Amino acid sequence: MNAAGRVQTWIDERFDVEEALQPLRDKTVPVHRHSHWYFLGGLTLFLFGVQIATGLLLLLYYRPSASEAYESVQHIMNRVQFGWLVRSIHSWSANLMVFCAFAHMFSVAFARAYRKPRELTWITGVILLFLILGFGFSGYLLPWNTRAYFATKVGTEVAGQVPVIGRAIMIFMRGGEDVTGATLTRFFGLHVVVLPAIAVAMLLSHLLLVQKFGISVPATVENEWQDRPDLRKEMKFFPNFFLRELMAWYIALAVLIALATFLPWETGTKVDPFAPAPPGIKPEWYFLAQFQTLKLIPSHILFVDGEVLGILGFGLGGALWFGLPFIEALLGMRGARLVRLGVTLALTYLAAMSVVGYVAR
Amino acid sequence: MVTRVLAGEQSPEQCRSSIASRRTWFRILFGAMGASIASLLYPVCRYLVPPPDESLNTSEALAATTNELKPNSGKTFRFGNKPALLVRLASGEYRSMSGVCTHLGCTVQYRPESTQIWCACHNGCYDLNGRNLSGPPPRALDIYDVHVRGQEIYVSRKQAA
Repeated sequence: MNAAGRVQTWIDERFDVEEALQPLRDKTVPVHRHSHWYFLGGLTLFLFGVQIATGLLLLLYYRPSASEAYESVQHIMNRVQFGWLVRSIHSWSANLMVFCAFAHMFSVAFARAYRKPRELTWITGVILLFLILGFGFSGYLLPWNTRAYFATKVGTEVAGQVPVIGRAIMIFMRGGEDVTGATLTRFFGLHVVVLPAIAVAMLLSHLLLVQKFGISVPATVENEWQDRPDLRKEMKFFPNFFLRELMAWYIALAVLIALATFLPWETGTKVDPFAPAPPGIKPEWYFLAQFQTLKLIPSHILFVDGEVLGILGFGLGGALWFGLPFIEALLGMRGARLVRLGVTLALTYLAAMSVVGYVAR
Repeated sequence: MVTRVLAGEQSPEQCRSSIASRRTWFRILFGAMGASIASLLYPVCRYLVPPPDESLNTSEALAATTNELKPNSGKTFRFGNKPALLVRLASGEYRSMSGVCTHLGCTVQYRPESTQIWCACHNGCYDLNGRNLSGPPPRALDIYDVHVRGQEIYVSRKQAA
């Protein structure tokens, strides 16, 4: 027996690898006209992996302090070999990951895949989406440039508008009254330790639940299959679906490298806390809808501050989104149709406000 | 004799060759994918190597001013990003040498009692020309040139003769 075989036997005598892998071999993926949406979750996972790999590389040269952060990012972009590539992939991959996570979530919402018994899968998924947004918000400040500085100022100010506890939250996030080097250090710790730890735990739960319940078939397709069982089709997860997913990852990697090479991420100008906000300043595209809403909302509605109302609205929206499976169940017969209408409205609102926010001065 | 094959059927040979060609195709595809993934390792390896430090090329530094050092005393100063030593002998003459012990890189100091250069980490001793006298140091300290310009004392690397 060769060396590899001996090692395998040695392991097999102690731990049954075959048995551990069996669930993956038995796993199947339903085949129907909407099957292509199944790639989005895996794609988000792949981009998360890219973020971990490039993030670890960036940690080798990045320095999290107000006096050095901007210079260290410049050092990565200009002096470290292929530093521009690593940082640009990190930034582009972050944006693609947010996009894939949103697309995955809306595809799940439209397919009503959150129905019993998959409520927990939905909830862990929504938590993961909020974590991803948290990664985006905290990571954006780290290069310590003007855009990041004002985005963080506005973002933390928004949190400060929450009634009663808002101010305490804002001071906690900023590490003081203002956005300073203390904020940068906090956001750094959040971005590289706290959020990754929670995200990995959440991600494992999410994957475990997906594995346990199998892959959901959209309600419409499920009904057709119940009428005509001969139409029911599946493919093996391994290797059939896995190889297809691998191709999707490979294409995503090519897109990432192309974007990073031809459109490397800018460094911006270093923060000057006493300079006025530059005109046309905007947050990242995934916060544009909220940004634009706060811009459009009147300063007073009845006796309440417009801002406060807007933020309470976001909170309510988020809570409803978490509760989607339960709301559908509560509404009974018409639940499915009402929820679909709600999801369509939410998507339309987010998309429209993002476009308006992008075009608006 | 020619084997006749009906439409939609394959002879055993054709079947074998089709499997063989699929296998070849599979190998080419995965080989190419593997190669392109491996090509990503090149930038990563280059990234891991820190870029050269520009301050290593520093050839001259301001060590002290003339009224700073009393006779028979020494001072550590920054030369590029490494420490260096400026010593004023009892005679008033200035000497300068690398401040990095040749043993394990600790920073050395001037000891007025023994008029020697001493490394506190492992008790290495050098004389005022930088030669290693006792203890573990394997080599002498690099000696620098000292130039006094007005009130300021500059130190530079020895020019190769």
